Amino acid sequence: MTSSAQNLRSKDLLGIEALSPDEITLLLDTAESMRSIAARPIKKVPALRGRMVVNLFFEASTRTRFSFETAEKWLSADSLNFAAKGSSVEKGESLLDTARNLQAMSPDLIVIRHGSPGVPHFLARHLKAGVVNAGDGAHEHPTQALLDALTIRQRLGRLDGLNVTICGDIAHSRVVRSNIWLLTKMGAKVVVCAPPTLMPVRIEEMGVEATTDFDRALDGADVVMMLRMQLERQGASLFPSVREYFRLYGLDSKRLSRTSPGAIVMHPGPMNRGVEIASDVADSDRSVILDQVANGVAVRMAVLYLLLGGHPWEGES
Amino acid sequence: MSRPLLVKGGRLIDPDAGREGRLDVLLSDGKVAEVGDRIEAGDAEVFDASRLLVLPGFIDLHAHLREPGREYAETIASGLAAAAAGGFTAVCALPNTSPVNDSREVTEFLVRRGREAGGARLHPVGAITKGQKGEQLGAFGEMREAGVVAVSDDGAWLTDGAVLRRAMEHASLFALPVVQHAEDPALSGRAPMHEGAVSTRLGMRAQPAAAEAVAVARDVLVAELAHGRLHLAHLSTKRALEIVRRAKERGLAVTCEATPHHLTLTDEEVARSGFSTRFKMNPPLREASDVDALVAALSDGTIDAIATDHAPHHEDEKAVDFDSAPFGVVGLETAASVVHDRLVLRGRLPLARFVALFSAGPARTFGLPGGTLAVGSPADVTLFDPEARVKVEPHRFLSKSRNTPFSGWELTGAPAATIVGGEIVWQRVEL
Repeated sequence: MTSSAQNLRSKDLLGIEALSPDEITLLLDTAESMRSIAARPIKKVPALRGRMVVNLFFEASTRTRFSFETAEKWLSADSLNFAAKGSSVEKGESLLDTARNLQAMSPDLIVIRHGSPGVPHFLARHLKAGVVNAGDGAHEHPTQALLDALTIRQRLGRLDGLNVTICGDIAHSRVVRSNIWLLTKMGAKVVVCAPPTLMPVRIEEMGVEATTDFDRALDGADVVMMLRMQLERQGASLFPSVREYFRLYGLDSKRLSRTSPGAIVMHPGPMNRGVEIASDVADSDRSVILDQVANGVAVRMAVLYLLLGGHPWEGES
Repeated sequence: MSRPLLVKGGRLIDPDAGREGRLDVLLSDGKVAEVGDRIEAGDAEVFDASRLLVLPGFIDLHAHLREPGREYAETIASGLAAAAAGGFTAVCALPNTSPVNDSREVTEFLVRRGREAGGARLHPVGAITKGQKGEQLGAFGEMREAGVVAVSDDGAWLTDGAVLRRAMEHASLFALPVVQHAEDPALSGRAPMHEGAVSTRLGMRAQPAAAEAVAVARDVLVAELAHGRLHLAHLSTKRALEIVRRAKERGLAVTCEATPHHLTLTDEEVARSGFSTRFKMNPPLREASDVDALVAALSDGTIDAIATDHAPHHEDEKAVDFDSAPFGVVGLETAASVVHDRLVLRGRLPLARFVALFSAGPARTFGLPGGTLAVGSPADVTLFDPEARVKVEPHRFLSKSRNTPFSGWELTGAPAATIVGGEIVWQRVEL
């Protein structure tokens, strides 16, 4: 599983769409070797000493932000946290001015989460610093897809040829778009499943199969990825009730039995137990949900390291 | 009165008069005085048009000149100068200014400013309802006297069918066309791009093509009910054109326009440019099948006019994320070249039809003077060099704004000079 890419081509990680399979493999291999750091008594390597990373979160986030911060600390980077609430943005500063002010402090990398698609691309055009997309609206969330892929690879040994079913609010999910790009580039077969009101038009043109029939979508799946149901969408009449949603699209152990033997269950979190996933499934030995969280740090270390450091990680010399 | 002007040796194309050929045109006292083979110059100034097309002055049915209210983005003077540089001899200014043009006073202000500015002529469009709020009808008669040529609530589609009916009935007293921006806001959600494979890929909020067609269908039926004269602004979808085509076949007084950007670009530009707000306008860029349907509708007569929907915005307003950016692109200085290069030279639009869509078509649609160079018509002439090679360079625009989707395009065919009322108001300078 050794990649032939030695480096990423861009100063930014804006999405999976622009990555080559070789670059994806390089990121995953680097993340794999970063995992050993978590097992050490002293979780710190000097790889990014003296480099500055700004975490710019315009949207609430717990696990993604903590995961990036942990990765930055373990690699000895200096980080600055910026949350939109209480900041100059709330005082009416434009995004471009915020970006220019940050640039004046010469950060090496900016990690950004924003509710609007394309904001990381906008910043990348205006900043010298590298930009990492930590989620832009319903567009992409590349580090999530990388940590998902790392988890799948660890459990099932490969990505190529796997049947992956992704179910839930496909329309509003950035996780699903990044996963579709990554999995199809790496040779997996992807089925997306949602009620019609949560299925975006012409998603098949991204190279996936789309269905509204959850049972059929589960037949022979090697990986089942459940997406978080955003309960506030009930108000926009995108689905009538939580009970009906769980009945049609909730993953319980009976449904899980339709998948292939040894299939794994994933969830990007935070879970709504009893809405999209039954507790016994979430807590079963098929669930890799906590592995995903642990892998999140390793993947983000790999991203920071490759964007700032350069050569593939060989461990400490 | 200034000296007569003899436009000599050019190739005249006047679709309305059914005249085409190497003919001289003599302009005198603000009118076309004579059209013929080798006219004697006499005391007239001579303009050598021997490598140029001599065309009835171009008329834009749809521009936003921003004055009063947003003079930092455009003024009447800068807008009319930009229009002249784009070969336009007249521009219709939509009423969504601040204050809204819903009164005789604002109309008079616009007319006066237009006259002082020089450049192209200005024809104000009045609001249908007070403040464009969709409720109380504006004073059509007073605005008509002061100079409005049509009424429109522009960006705000009249959702209330009864108000539209009354507006059409009332407007018919003054022979004013009612112009609708056809968009059902509930269906569209005012979303920033077209709903299709690209919006799905980009995870962007999107408006379906049906939001336009639904509005067009309702408007056509109300126009029939009210015996009204309906003009549909900037149509962008195949389905909307089908509805208009059928309405015309049934003899209804329905007309429509299309913009150069909808005729040449698709929603793929949003992805290709990395979410550049230069490609955000409303209606949004659609799909290749819509573009093909629009181009076909230019030739078969479904579309009456090419209009720019010139919508200047300051750079700061556009330097934000795609979703929060204002809708709109400038178009006055690129329209003729873009359409000539991409459609005429590529064999998708006959030259005479190109001319008609910029002149006779819009003149007839709003009942404006001009659109022809028949003797006695206004001396408004667009001189067009079909071989000029130009590059779209926004920093050279006479418009105060730079938000064009065509930046960097290299085009063949460009206006060479613009004559309004017998005066040369703009002439291309070779750099």
